Amino acid sequence: MRRFLLTLLLLAALASPGFVSTAGAQVPFGEASTVKEGLEIGASTSEIAITSDFRGADLTIFGALTNADELFLAIGQYDVVVTLEGPKDYATVRRKERVFGIWMNTDSMTFEQVPESYSLASTRLIDSIDEAPSLNNIGVGIDHLPLNPVGYIPNSGSIGEFRNAYRRLKLSNGLYQRDTSGVRFVSSSLFRASLKLPANIPDGMHMVRAYLFKSGQLINQKEMPLRVVKTGIEQAITDAAHEQPIQYGMLCVLIAVITGWGASLIFRRD
Amino acid sequence: MPFCLRQDPAVTVYLPIAELSVNIFIILGMGAAVGFLSGMFGVGGGFLITPLLIFYNIPPVVAVATGANQVVASSISGAITHFRRGTLDMKLGTVLLVGGLAGATVGVWIFSWLRRLGQLDLFISILYVVLLGTIGALMLQESVRAMRRAKKNEPLPLKRPGQHNWVHRLPLKMRFKKSKIYLSAIPVVGLGFGIGILTSIMGVGGGFIMVPAMIYLLRIPTNVVVGTSLFQIIFVTAYTTMVQAATNYSVDIVLATILMVAGVIGAQYGVRAGQKLRGEQLRALLALLVLAVGIRLAIGLIVTPDDIYSVAVGGMGY
Repeated sequence: MRRFLLTLLLLAALASPGFVSTAGAQVPFGEASTVKEGLEIGASTSEIAITSDFRGADLTIFGALTNADELFLAIGQYDVVVTLEGPKDYATVRRKERVFGIWMNTDSMTFEQVPESYSLASTRLIDSIDEAPSLNNIGVGIDHLPLNPVGYIPNSGSIGEFRNAYRRLKLSNGLYQRDTSGVRFVSSSLFRASLKLPANIPDGMHMVRAYLFKSGQLINQKEMPLRVVKTGIEQAITDAAHEQPIQYGMLCVLIAVITGWGASLIFRRD
Repeated sequence: MPFCLRQDPAVTVYLPIAELSVNIFIILGMGAAVGFLSGMFGVGGGFLITPLLIFYNIPPVVAVATGANQVVASSISGAITHFRRGTLDMKLGTVLLVGGLAGATVGVWIFSWLRRLGQLDLFISILYVVLLGTIGALMLQESVRAMRRAKKNEPLPLKRPGQHNWVHRLPLKMRFKKSKIYLSAIPVVGLGFGIGILTSIMGVGGGFIMVPAMIYLLRIPTNVVVGTSLFQIIFVTAYTTMVQAATNYSVDIVLATILMVAGVIGAQYGVRAGQKLRGEQLRALLALLVLAVGIRLAIGLIVTPDDIYSVAVGGMGY
């Protein structure tokens, strides 16, 4: 399937007029190309079904550069970053402090709409691709995702600490991942990105985003939705618990009644 | 992580609500061991199962709600036995239940509120440390005293029902025929209410508090106490399971089923073992176990955590 897709993309890239023009006619040195570079991405699926025993996997995204400048390609001036962003939700970070000898949560901060999971693959360390302010602007990279606290924060000095803690915790539980050599060019204009899907990936609508940098400038980006669906009996249970909580609760009680009653019947000794 | 095992797919089972994979034999073992103890000592076992689940990294929210569900099963077999023997006062149980259901409702409300504040885990641990510490210390003291007495061959001191205390001067008196007692409904409802709160916050039936309170405070005859408390525990824990499922979505049906099946089987062997063995020494052992669980939880509160930060999905309304 992957090989087939690769071939397909290769054919598409070859057939595109831009590719032919750059391959055929040499662009004179020093003359800025007027044709904008294009970026295409594709995956073998738009939906991933995972079962409860899912232990994590790699998702391969194929992509092609069109209208790429041969010279810039040769000296490695093109960089590609591919990310997979999970569904967004609020996230609350809490900090413990010792109060009368006991550790308790004393401080908290809630961040607005941050992706629950985030996986990044790039051709090299993203901070060496572009400057931090510009990456912050685009919001690409774990250290550059916008983390805006909700509400009024009296002690602005602690925002940085909470942001760092958030990123560190997300990285340590595997929901945020990065692979700075995850994007590899398989030919001069075709690339393959390997994104790591963590075992605890949330279900819902994810978004694959690809960014093309030329000499540290973002010149093109593409996105593609990817649905992650959890399947199996375990997911059916989770759905039931959230969608029909009353019936679910009744079933739990019923099982308890049957188990308790059954035991008293089976083990009855009088 | 005290129980860190390599995950082998053949023995792991995924808990959909707790959202983690566990070793099925550890859960079965836990259920059977607690069931054995509960059969041996005639306790529900909720006060042991919930902390054990927390030690095994089950989120406290899930441990408490699932613990309540497990107590339903373990109380039913006991209540049926008492019902057959005629040692169950339905009327007294129903009055207790009125308080119990109200208490459980308030308890779930407190539970959700603490969860929003991010103080739920702490609160559950503190309650358990206080409760297990107190109960364990009292039981140990009592059993050591009994062992000394047995050594000296002293007869048991005669229990004196004593004078009527303040409880018996309250208004709204009711007659409970089966218990042969004429008692105000206020302390009965109040006791049920208090235990109901504990059921929803701690995932316990509360028999270990209710039984002594009924005997010593309300002076209800001992023969109907256990059956009647079990009767009310069934309904309060069943109700708590439903409300927890509806408000916090925290009852794990897979975990509960494994615990229940192992628990009721363990309880049968516990009952048999309990009849053969010496009471005082067993009570001393249970007391030590209860104290050990309490101390383990207390250490968790005091020891510097690996990470002082934690992250939860959702905002303040979580």
